Amino acid sequence: MPRRLILLALLVLVTTGAASGKHLYGQYCAHCHDTQSAPDLHGVGALAADFYLRTGYMPLPHLGVQPRRARVTLSDEQIRALVAYAASLGNGPAIPTPHPERGSLSAGQHLFTDHCSGCHQVVAEGGYVTGAVPPQLGDDTPTQIAEAVRIGPYVMPSFTRKAISDAQLDSIIRYVEYARHPDDRGGWSIGHVGPVPEGLVTWFIAAAALVAVCMSVGRRLRA
Amino acid sequence: MSRFRDALVAAMTLFVGRLARPRESRGRIVAAGPTDPLAELAVLGLLGLASAAAVAFVVLYAVGESTQYLGLSLGLSLLFVGAALVVTGRRLVATEELEEDYPPAGHVDDQRRVEQILEESGDRLTRRRLFKLGLLGTGGALGLALLTPALSLGPFFQTRYYLGTPWRRGRRLVDENGRPWRADDIERDDFYTAFPESANEEELGSPLVLVRLAPRNLRLPPKLKGYDAGGIVAYSKICTHAGCAIAMYRAPLFLPSEPRPALVCPCHYSTFDPAAGGTVLFGPAGRPLPMLPIEVDARGFLRAKGNFDGPVGPSWWGVRMSRANP
Repeated sequence: MPRRLILLALLVLVTTGAASGKHLYGQYCAHCHDTQSAPDLHGVGALAADFYLRTGYMPLPHLGVQPRRARVTLSDEQIRALVAYAASLGNGPAIPTPHPERGSLSAGQHLFTDHCSGCHQVVAEGGYVTGAVPPQLGDDTPTQIAEAVRIGPYVMPSFTRKAISDAQLDSIIRYVEYARHPDDRGGWSIGHVGPVPEGLVTWFIAAAALVAVCMSVGRRLRA
Repeated sequence: MSRFRDALVAAMTLFVGRLARPRESRGRIVAAGPTDPLAELAVLGLLGLASAAAVAFVVLYAVGESTQYLGLSLGLSLLFVGAALVVTGRRLVATEELEEDYPPAGHVDDQRRVEQILEESGDRLTRRRLFKLGLLGTGGALGLALLTPALSLGPFFQTRYYLGTPWRRGRRLVDENGRPWRADDIERDDFYTAFPESANEEELGSPLVLVRLAPRNLRLPPKLKGYDAGGIVAYSKICTHAGCAIAMYRAPLFLPSEPRPALVCPCHYSTFDPAAGGTVLFGPAGRPLPMLPIEVDARGFLRAKGNFDGPVGPSWWGVRMSRANP
């Protein structure tokens, strides 16, 4: 008798889970995704739903803006229910499970330079493209990177397995994780943003120091 | 109109009158000096050298020599002209220093006097006509040399440098490893780099950026109709502004609310519309990305149908003067 009760309770839980996914969809997503103002979600699969919800890209604050990484307001349970519901809408791809530890760092750097660094910069610091802001990849989990590569969120190109295989994707993720804490052979990284801040440092610190030295030498000569 | 005719008549009268003016003989003003055949020879020699250097400039320009030699030849020519003038002034022309108040200008007699002084100053020259010829020759050669660089303003002779690329009808598109691209390899929302098969990848006109768009979204201008292969479009990967590689592709996931597809150059954010023949949407680029007409052959490979629709590369002179062309 108690075992039956537990089974019944489970069944109720599961059905209310799926039902709650649909309920949540109606609450958070439907007013855009059920109209023409946002992409239709049939067939996008668990992959896209998981990416957009766990990065805080969705729900959007308002239509027409670029989705940006934001604080996730939905609970883990709600996200799981929504992902399950999105997956049930069509025959879409499942959430990927990348293995960056299997990838090669040097191959990853090569691939990242080929496919990603045009927009995200060579150490994944993010950058600009006209009309959009390629984000920096400091906070992305391996799964989110793998998802983004396959979806191509907002104006990012999407890459099929033919363009970037799963093994290559592992290498890319390994490189992105490495690029967060690279060996700074030069010493001071200055944010890894490239030659502009390095030049500024030269001008404002080194040039000032040089002038100070010159002035002190000149004063000593005059005395 | 009548004013113009009056001016013409006045000019004619002045000119003809000048020619017809009888030369009246007066006493010498400038003391006659000795002739100096050696100095004359030196001047003529210097003028000859100046002419030769000016001609050398034209020749060097024509064969595309380095700018150092161009500068050297022009500089030498001017130097020889200067030397010739110095020698003439010091050895051949009577010089005297006079201090005099300016006479009231325009007095006919005074003007004649000045002319006479000028003519008599040249009396020491024995070979006047040869001298004039020498001066004329040098002036002509130097003038020609100074005009020659104007050729660089437009492609008159060497259009190959501006329009020539390795792309020919039937040449296959390959990736950086030399593997030919198939039309099936090119997917929507991704972008690819291609090179001409068995040609120099390093050449400015070689690299392409390939993009597949939905054929219904293509808005190619009439002169570029048929340049795409079923929605696959190929553009030069070299930005027309400063020659960087087009390394960014804006591929919207949801067209109605996101910026439309664009090829973007990371250097100065020149943004080109791949659907409309590479027209500039934003940024400093002054002209569209050159488009390459392509087709799919019977075996599914992508092939060029000809050359680009315009000159490849940034828009400043000398950029294509490299010797990469085979």
